[in-house]
Amino acid sequence: MKKYILPLLFGLAVALPAQAEDYVIDTDGAHAYIHFKIKHLGYSWLSGRFNEFSGDFSYDDKNPTASRIKVAINPGSIDSNHAERDKHLRGKDFLNVGKFPEATFVSTGYQDLGNGQGRLSGDLTLRGVTKPITIDVEQIGHGPDPWGGYRRGFHGTTEFKLADFGIDYDLGPASRTVIMELSVEGVRK
Amino acid sequence: MQLRDDAHRYGAVSVALHWVVALVVFALFGLGLWMTSLTYYDPWYRLGPWWHKSIGVVLFAVVLLRLGWRLWSVHPHPLPNHRPWERVGARLVHGLLYLLLLAVMVSGYLISTADGRALGVFDLFAIPATVTGLENQEDVAGQVHLVLASTLVGLAALHALAALKHSLIDKDRTLARMLGR
Repeated sequence: MKKYILPLLFGLAVALPAQAEDYVIDTDGAHAYIHFKIKHLGYSWLSGRFNEFSGDFSYDDKNPTASRIKVAINPGSIDSNHAERDKHLRGKDFLNVGKFPEATFVSTGYQDLGNGQGRLSGDLTLRGVTKPITIDVEQIGHGPDPWGGYRRGFHGTTEFKLADFGIDYDLGPASRTVIMELSVEGVRK
Repeated sequence: MQLRDDAHRYGAVSVALHWVVALVVFALFGLGLWMTSLTYYDPWYRLGPWWHKSIGVVLFAVVLLRLGWRLWSVHPHPLPNHRPWERVGARLVHGLLYLLLLAVMVSGYLISTADGRALGVFDLFAIPATVTGLENQEDVAGQVHLVLASTLVGLAALHALAALKHSLIDKDRTLARMLGR
């Protein structure tokens, strides 16, 4: 009996449809970034980024709706190129990183819109508040890299109100919504 | 009032430096707590830190001057009725006050210059950054600045209470001497 099991399993594996590919976000090589921008007084953009995050995603060309992603962000790594402002942003008025040292995004669904476009839904946990958000996604490209690996990259944008995540410090009427830009390159595991 | 200290009295320079530093420390402490609580659209949101930093840098120079003057001067002898533990305690507290003063000002400087920006003083000149980019420098320096400033003000209050005790209970010249008498 035993000698039939292995060929049977092998045959089953061949018959199964292509498996989703798992990727780890290339934060080691910094081929990924999380940027934010928010209006300053309504007159200009203030931009910054989160320097420390990690995550992985799964993507299946044949079944894109099964795609998923999970990203963990260190909100304390916020960097707006101004130490005094960063200190304020990490403090109680904004991210309160002493109390909430981690932010996460975990996808709950993916809608393929064709032409490499998609809509990613998921739960964003920021400052201890978890809320569903939607990220507009564009697949930038994929293929073998020059060093024997395989890579796939996406670019996503979303926006939400700071107050939705308990940040109610008044920056003025034009500065209540933050725009987030998430760009990730994954290296296939 | 004589300018220089002697074995029995503080001169005008020491007296003036003492009270100016005391006044400015308490003012900067209050200003620091108040300005960090302001809302973004408050006119003092930018003006508060501007004064706080500018005055802080000037205070640093004044404290260095004060320390120099103190080293150069004859130090008045302790009053004969001061007990040994009071003399030791007073010296210890005075030393700590100077140390805290310097540490508070240095930590403040390290917040503002953490990203390499210079520290502006009254829009007249700027102190360049030196130590920059330490891990979470602005946050750590900020915590240290607050804790040490609170300790400084607490210790200064203790120092003032001790002086009042000498004046009101012991009825000696300790406090009067700091007024130049």
